[in-house]
Amino acid sequence: MIKFTVLFFLLIVSGIANAAPDGKALFDKHCSACHGSEGKGGVGVPLSLPSFINSVSNEYLNRTIRVGRPGRIMPAFPQLSDAQVKAIVGHVRSWTDMPMVKFDSTPVTGDKKNGKELFLKRCAQCHGEDGKGGKGTGVTFSRKRDLPIIAPALNNSGFLASASDMMIKNTLIHGRDGTPMVSLLKAGLKEKDINDVVAYVRSFQKLETTSISDEKNGAAIIVESPYSLEETVENLKQAIENQNFKLIRTDYLEHGFVDEGKENKKQVVLHFCNFNFLFEALSIDPRVGMFLPCRVTVVEHEGKVQMMTINPMRLSKLFNNDGLNDACKAMTETYESILEDASL
Amino acid sequence: MNTFLKSFLLFCFVSANAVASDLIMARSPLSFSEAMTNLQVSLREHGYTVARVQRIDVGLTGMGYKTDMYRVVFVGKTDEIKYLTNKYPEMIPYLPPKVSIFAEGGDTLLVTANPMAFAMMVDDEKDRIIFQRWESDVYSVFDDFRRAE
Ligand code: HEC
Ligand code: HEC
Repeated sequence: MIKFTVLFFLLIVSGIANAAPDGKALFDKHCSACHGSEGKGGVGVPLSLPSFINSVSNEYLNRTIRVGRPGRIMPAFPQLSDAQVKAIVGHVRSWTDMPMVKFDSTPVTGDKKNGKELFLKRCAQCHGEDGKGGKGTGVTFSRKRDLPIIAPALNNSGFLASASDMMIKNTLIHGRDGTPMVSLLKAGLKEKDINDVVAYVRSFQKLETTSISDEKNGAAIIVESPYSLEETVENLKQAIENQNFKLIRTDYLEHGFVDEGKENKKQVVLHFCNFNFLFEALSIDPRVGMFLPCRVTVVEHEGKVQMMTINPMRLSKLFNNDGLNDACKAMTETYESILEDASL
Repeated sequence: MNTFLKSFLLFCFVSANAVASDLIMARSPLSFSEAMTNLQVSLREHGYTVARVQRIDVGLTGMGYKTDMYRVVFVGKTDEIKYLTNKYPEMIPYLPPKVSIFAEGGDTLLVTANPMAFAMMVDDEKDRIIFQRWESDVYSVFDDFRRAE
């Protein structure tokens, strides 16, 4: 009996150890929020289109998962084990019956100058000058679902590290049916021209987009007020109006956490908004709603009155979205002038 | 600029090479209102207070936005919020923690910042445990959300 129990136990343990990670469960957990449960796309591009999945190798998927697309929302997944990444790739692969394509690693050589001219004429309208990608990504929720997919960034270090020259060439030759990406061969380009474009796209590798540097920016913008807490709140209301924002409400930070009347009265939050700004930020990245509407917190702590806001410059990093840089800069300037105005 | 404007140079709020994801997200096949109910139940089961549900979509459809189903849920544990705002004032603008919930097609999406991103702002090792527990609770709530039927 004891023997059986031990055997049984060993079987279970070895079963757990050998169980291959569940690709679907991992995809649901790590990818579906952006790419959709069936890979039909969302904030991320569709992955289940035959024209995509039949034209990329497992190696491309593998690397894309590992390195992500810095500054273009798609995160890197260094925390997954090799077996987990393999399981996810296997799950994505299960959306097609076709055998996997293989590309050899031979570099494609061509005339970058001609490639650049062709790029500006034929590609830049979607992929942007310098290949920085379309405004927004995928088929985000703020747009009609049947609108075309937004063109990915081609100057992205994550893309360039994952795609081989031959894969890029193949994409240009065949295009991607069901997306705005057309076949250049069908559009009348010669193979030599296509090689030139590939060589040009590859040359983006050195351009590397610069994103706002992190070090200079603290997590919060904090300004001391020479006035009392009540006066500071009134000053802020005026400053918010002066900046053409609309005050939505003023409440205590502890609102909803403790019974009404019992809140800490030394922590006041002003919520305000400007619809154009809100709309623009959400259409760049629907996830930023978490930090909206705008808020200033006024705190009296150890006799000092301080006004504080989040530092929006941190958000583009948090969201891995360089598209937010301009909006974040604008928001930072707004916060700074409101706080400055209120402390005069 | 004769103000007292100062940006706090803290540790890295979002470290560029963080191993964990800075954002935690989940998709549920449930409709927005069902998903919203599920989320609140799960948060309460995990011991959190839902302090406020803020609409941020007022006026969005009027501007051509495709959804008017977008809410931000303010959530936390009262004693922890009191403790942290008192000890780490520079964390105040990020408190209480918030979870975004919005409709995408027939599905509903959840997004929040990984609490461990805030842990970078505390210097007391024992306070980091608060954020570690938050993080594991967020994962658990988001798992519930993903699996709800
Ligand atoms: C009408 C818009 C449009 C034009 C013009 C266009 N593309 Fe694309 N391209 C796209 C879209 C959209 C995708 C994403 C397709 C998908 O989701 O699979 C794409 C995908 C790609 C990809 C694959 C990128 C990746 O991340 O998988 C490459 C490479 C590419 N395009 C290169 C080019 C080049 C080079 C040109 C010019 C010769 C060009 N494209 C012209 C819209 C366009
Ligand atoms: C936070 C959102 C998000 C998550 C999570 C995410 N992705 Fe992405 N993914 C994107 C976006 C956005 C792009 C397109 C980037 C661009 O437009 O430049 C992308 C691009 C890709 C591409 C390249 C597609 C192409 O046309 O070449 C692959 C492959 C991919 N993701 C796979 C995955 C897998 C697998 C996971 C889960 C392990 C995942 N992604 C998780 C947002 C995401």
